[in-house]
Amino acid sequence: MSEIKKFMYLNRRAPYGTIYAWESLEVVLIGAAFDQEVSLMFVDDGVFQLVKGSDTSESDMKNFLPTYRTLGDYGVRHMFVDQASLEARGLTTDDLIQVEWEDWETEEEVDNIVEAVDADKFKELMAESDVVFSF
Amino acid sequence: MADLYTVNKSPFEKNSLEQAIRFSADGASILLIEDGVYGAMAGTAAEGLVKGASGRKFFALRSDVKARGISEDRLIDGVELVDYAGFVDLVESTDKVQAWL
Amino acid sequence: MPIEVDGKTFETDEEGYLANINDWVPGVATVMAAEDELDLSDEHWDIINFLRDYYEEYQIAPAVRVLTKAVGKKLGKDKGNSKYLYGLFPYGPGKQACRYAGLPKPTGCV
Repeated sequence: MSEIKKFMYLNRRAPYGTIYAWESLEVVLIGAAFDQEVSLMFVDDGVFQLVKGSDTSESDMKNFLPTYRTLGDYGVRHMFVDQASLEARGLTTDDLIQVEWEDWETEEEVDNIVEAVDADKFKELMAESDVVFSF
Repeated sequence: MADLYTVNKSPFEKNSLEQAIRFSADGASILLIEDGVYGAMAGTAAEGLVKGASGRKFFALRSDVKARGISEDRLIDGVELVDYAGFVDLVESTDKVQAWL
Repeated sequence: MPIEVDGKTFETDEEGYLANINDWVPGVATVMAAEDELDLSDEHWDIINFLRDYYEEYQIAPAVRVLTKAVGKKLGKDKGNSKYLYGLFPYGPGKQACRYAGLPKPTGCV
């Protein structure tokens, strides 16, 4: 089991209303124990998962928005966001959180691994993935 | 007295909001809760639902709006934010409550 | 089993993790450690405080691998290895230190 596989987590649900977003996040965190190349993709209402400024103090729910910011430490290399889904919701990448990534050995740094992509790029990414998990 | 309709699904994922508007009588109140609050956001592909519905009064639950990081200035004009007490007031002041799931 | 700290009772879950992270006071760590027959040194507190800061920022308890790397970055390379951390927390830095810090069990820990 030394072969590195490409894992893609496909997120299509809004946070909080259903459990999908949090479940996906937990699986990513757990899966990080295995050496795989992990990317996340946010499509449809899934793009709402990354919207900044979440405040759950009045709703008695755990605010897991900050947890996305540690995903770089968990080996997640890319977080792709579907541009068309953003536009349909009146959002731009400025409305989304930023997630840093750093290679602890080489100290190579990326300021933000959140990136908007179009459908063509998305198709490519899906085709390249060995495994796709849908949430 | 008019009825209160609650909608808890995202308008991008289900047609609950569209149907609640379509089947509600003139003068009805429509309260957006949970993922339903996305229907109250301005500048989206779904904003036409609320904007185009005349004779309906729209409300959104503040705690759900805040949890989703939607700031007040991004809400469609005329949508009124209510807290839990406001939710109760709405229930009290209307004939009956119908949930669009 | 609830634990007793300075006359106050703190609820825990079936595995001994604090039921409510916001209840935590440093005495919780001291009492939990004493039950494991462990005296907490400054080095232990460095890790406990690190974990609390981490939780505050990211809302999760880090996996051991992430903890090891992050400690190395923050507290120095000599501390960012599992030998050092297991030396301090023989039951596992993830489980034991998180429990003392009042955090939930790290995600993915079984």
